[in-house]
Amino acid sequence: MTGKYLLAYNISMEMDGVFKALADPTRRRLLDQLHSNNGQTLGDLCRNLNMTRQAVSQHLVRLENANLVATVWRGREKLHYLNPVPIHEIYERWIEKYEEQHLRALRDLKKRAERR
Amino acid sequence: MDKPQFVYVTYIATTPEKLWNALIDAKMTRKYWQHENISDWKPGSKWEHRGFDKERTLKVVGKVIESSPPRRLVLTWAFPADEAREEKHTRVTFEIEPLGEVVRLTVTHDRLEPESEMLKRITLGWPKVLSSLKSLLEVGRPLPELW
Repeated sequence: MTGKYLLAYNISMEMDGVFKALADPTRRRLLDQLHSNNGQTLGDLCRNLNMTRQAVSQHLVRLENANLVATVWRGREKLHYLNPVPIHEIYERWIEKYEEQHLRALRDLKKRAERR
Repeated sequence: MDKPQFVYVTYIATTPEKLWNALIDAKMTRKYWQHENISDWKPGSKWEHRGFDKERTLKVVGKVIESSPPRRLVLTWAFPADEAREEKHTRVTFEIEPLGEVVRLTVTHDRLEPESEMLKRITLGWPKVLSSLKSLLEVGRPLPELW
C-alpha cells in the first residue's frame, strides 16, 4: 500500500483504536473524570475508582494509545488530559454542520424531560 | 510551575516544516482555521489572529514568546479588549515532534481564568481547528464551515 491508500488505511486504524478504547465502561469513566477535572495524576484517578493502581494504569495506556488521553510531565508527576481531537474527527465524519442545531435542540429536550 | 489546563494532541502525516508553516502562514491558516495568523514571528513581536470578513475583524492578539522553527512556538493569547491587561493574557504552546512517518503536534493552553469567555471559546475551538488542520495537510481538504 502506498500514498492515498496507506493514508486511508491509517485513518481507519486510528478510528478502530478510538472505538475500542471507548468500548469499556471503566475507560469511559476515566474520561468523564478528566472531563470534569483535567490534568490528573494516576493517584488522583485511582482515588475515585475502586480499582488497583495497576488496572487503572493499563486502562490509561489504552486511552493514551488511542490518543484520547494526552500526558504531560510536571516535575516527577505525570498529568493526564482528556484529548477530544479524535472524537471530533469521528463527529465531523458523520454530522453535517446544519444538523448540529437540530441535534442540540433534541439533546436539550431530552435533558429537560429527564430532569422532571 | 503552572499546570497546563488543556493539552491537545494530533498525529499528522506530514513534515515538521510543513506543519510549522501551516501555523504561521496567513494563507494556510485561512484555509483550515478561517482566520489569518499574522506576525513576523520573532520573539517579542506582536501577533494577530484576524477574520477574513470585510472588516478583517481582530479576534485574538498577543506576543511571540518563543519561536524555534520547526519545533516550538509559544504565544500569548488574549481578546483585543484585554491587550493592555497582561494579567488577562493566556498562553499557547505548539510543540512539533517528528515520529517516523508522522508528526505529533501538541497544543497546550494555560493561564486561563476558570469560567471565562476565553476558556469556553477555546474548549470548543481547538478540537475543530486541529482536525481541520490534519484534514488539510493529509488529504488536501480542510473541514467546511468551522465557525
